Amino acid sequence: MNKFSYDPALRQLEKIDIVRRQPARLKDSQVTLSHGSGGKATHNLVEALFAANFSNPLLDSLDDGAIFPIEAGKLAMTTDSYVVNPLFFPGGDIGELAVNGTVNDLAMCGAKPLYLSVGFILEEGFPMDDLKRIVESMARAAEAAGVTIVTGDTKVVNKGKADKVFINTAGVGILRPNVNVAATNAQPGDKVIVSGAIGDHGITILAERGELELEADFKSDSAALNGLVAAMFDVTNEIRCLKDPTRGGVATSLNEIAKASNVTIAVKENTVPVRAETRGACEILGLDPLYIANEGKLLAIVPAEFADAVVTAMREHPHGKEACIIGEVWAEPQGLVFLQTEIGGNRVVDMLVGDPLPRIC
Amino acid sequence: MKFVDEYRDADIAKNLSAEVQRLSEGRPLKLMEVCGGHTHTIYKYGIEDVLPSNVDLIHGPGCPVCVIPMGRLDDAHAIARQPDVIFTTYGDMMRVPGSQGSLLDAKAEGCDIRFVYSPLDAFKIAKNNPDKRVVFFAIGFETTAPSTALTLLRAKAEGIKNFSVFCNHVMILPSIKALLDSPDLRLDGFIGPGHVSTIIGCEPYRFIAEDYGKPVVVSGFEPLDVIQGVRMIVQQLADGRSEVENQYTRVVPWNGNAKALEIMGRTFALRPFFEWRGLGFITHSALKLSDEFADWDAELIYDVPGLRVADPKSCQCGEVLKGVIKPWECKVFGSACTPETPIGTCMVSSEGACAAYYNYGRFSLAAQRNALRQEQEAVA
Repeated sequence: MNKFSYDPALRQLEKIDIVRRQPARLKDSQVTLSHGSGGKATHNLVEALFAANFSNPLLDSLDDGAIFPIEAGKLAMTTDSYVVNPLFFPGGDIGELAVNGTVNDLAMCGAKPLYLSVGFILEEGFPMDDLKRIVESMARAAEAAGVTIVTGDTKVVNKGKADKVFINTAGVGILRPNVNVAATNAQPGDKVIVSGAIGDHGITILAERGELELEADFKSDSAALNGLVAAMFDVTNEIRCLKDPTRGGVATSLNEIAKASNVTIAVKENTVPVRAETRGACEILGLDPLYIANEGKLLAIVPAEFADAVVTAMREHPHGKEACIIGEVWAEPQGLVFLQTEIGGNRVVDMLVGDPLPRIC
Repeated sequence: MKFVDEYRDADIAKNLSAEVQRLSEGRPLKLMEVCGGHTHTIYKYGIEDVLPSNVDLIHGPGCPVCVIPMGRLDDAHAIARQPDVIFTTYGDMMRVPGSQGSLLDAKAEGCDIRFVYSPLDAFKIAKNNPDKRVVFFAIGFETTAPSTALTLLRAKAEGIKNFSVFCNHVMILPSIKALLDSPDLRLDGFIGPGHVSTIIGCEPYRFIAEDYGKPVVVSGFEPLDVIQGVRMIVQQLADGRSEVENQYTRVVPWNGNAKALEIMGRTFALRPFFEWRGLGFITHSALKLSDEFADWDAELIYDVPGLRVADPKSCQCGEVLKGVIKPWECKVFGSACTPETPIGTCMVSSEGACAAYYNYGRFSLAAQRNALRQEQEAVA
């Protein structure tokens, strides 16, 4: 028997020690300013929510940064911030977007995504259950994409100074050897491939806001595309350009390539896959699916001789089942994208002007 | 997709175009599509590439955003800057430049400006914000006027007094008449506006056919509607007729919508005259709220400057709206004036001839330039 056990004050101290040694628990029902203070509440939030869900050897020590070895070669790095409204929508949520978006940006560089950082900016009063849902979704998305979240940061701002939650993720990946993917690489004669039906994410967000009273089964296409990209590189290293057409849609991504490569990109309207629900909504709202955001689609520019084989390989992957060729690259007139319309006319497809759909990702 | 794809069939388009070619015998024809919706369709689907080259489509004044003069925008700014005002507008109007900048600029400065899809949305905002004063920036031809009228009737029936309308509704017929009387324009026929005609019907266009001897064919907005409309006009010309015909029978009743006209008659009154951007003052060409609805008339409730503001000197929107010049013939087209930084209204709305041409139509110009270059190289 401990000689102090009869001293009530010391026994009390011992009890406190036991409680302090217990794993952190999150009892709060909403985010408060103290969760961003750097003190105990922050510590609890980090340990009980973030570290518990994202757990991996690089993160678990909760040091100021993550330290990891790299193979020889080149690193790719990217960052993106997510402010989508609403936070939860059919087919995904802000957490899943934050992981997939950054994974996709790395994949579009021709890199194999490895590690992500995550920064949360939380509005005071944000429900803790919603934050849990987002974090759990991020953990699932990271696992599905085969990446680990190795470092992070949390800030809380006064009510009204941010809208619920903003997330930033940055990512690093290892560049595949012997590949050269860049918007400047398109050459006349190349084919343009899209990995599936376009416009689903943007239309889902628009419908979900409820301002338009549209009723149909829309679902965001949010997905990590690194697996699909790997399947494409298994066919050939000769993939010239990769883009994930998020904000601004397919039209904007193709314009970026046409301008960077000084070529024309000619798209055949009736070959571009668009789901009937999405097309219907676009017809009603006067929107063009070419300008609507995607979160799980990619565009590829591939030399003509590899195009069919790449499409075949993509169709065997769950995220590329509807992959197809939608156009080709011409030499002139430089820097333009144009569409051969279904009735047999032509029109220029310019970059998006203005903002038809605010805060979609 | 049902009810869409059948109006975009490439083979039917080709056949119709061949008939236009045969009926017109290659004579140069200038046809005006009055409505901005048609301009949009023509460029979006590349209809000029499908029609024979002797048919020249001239873009008319029927783009509601394009015809709003700068002075009215300054009035809108003045209202939006009043305390406790929520100023609501159709999205297109947000980017139109006034002498004080656009409504988007005013929003960035802190004015509460929201874009809505219909006046009823604005009315809902008013009901949900009883401590605010909600103003709806009403623009458009007879197409949108009935929904403004309906909203006013609701506001009156429900006694909602924190809602008002800044009325800029204009009418299509006086502007067509002004064009027909203008000496610098020679037209062979008109593609009549489809949506306006669902309200006013086809009968009111009779003066164009009878007094001015020009065929009018009211047409729909799918590509085949427009091409068939052109074919019907060319048929009239070949037959030596000038009549009003209705291509858009699936939507447009010959006598229009009596109920819509009735509520417009109750809620609106004719203005003695109204300034149209680029076209100047046209008598009896616009609507204001009737005396019965004075309590909902933003022009009476708020102090508006009501000044006439001259268009920027470089802007040739007037000539574009009258079809005197093509969009790319304007001095500032695509250089100082682009959809991102418009100088004139025609570059703002997707129905504006300049924006439609800039966004969709430049390929043919680029192709022409290339062909010229190649010719020059061949000669050299």
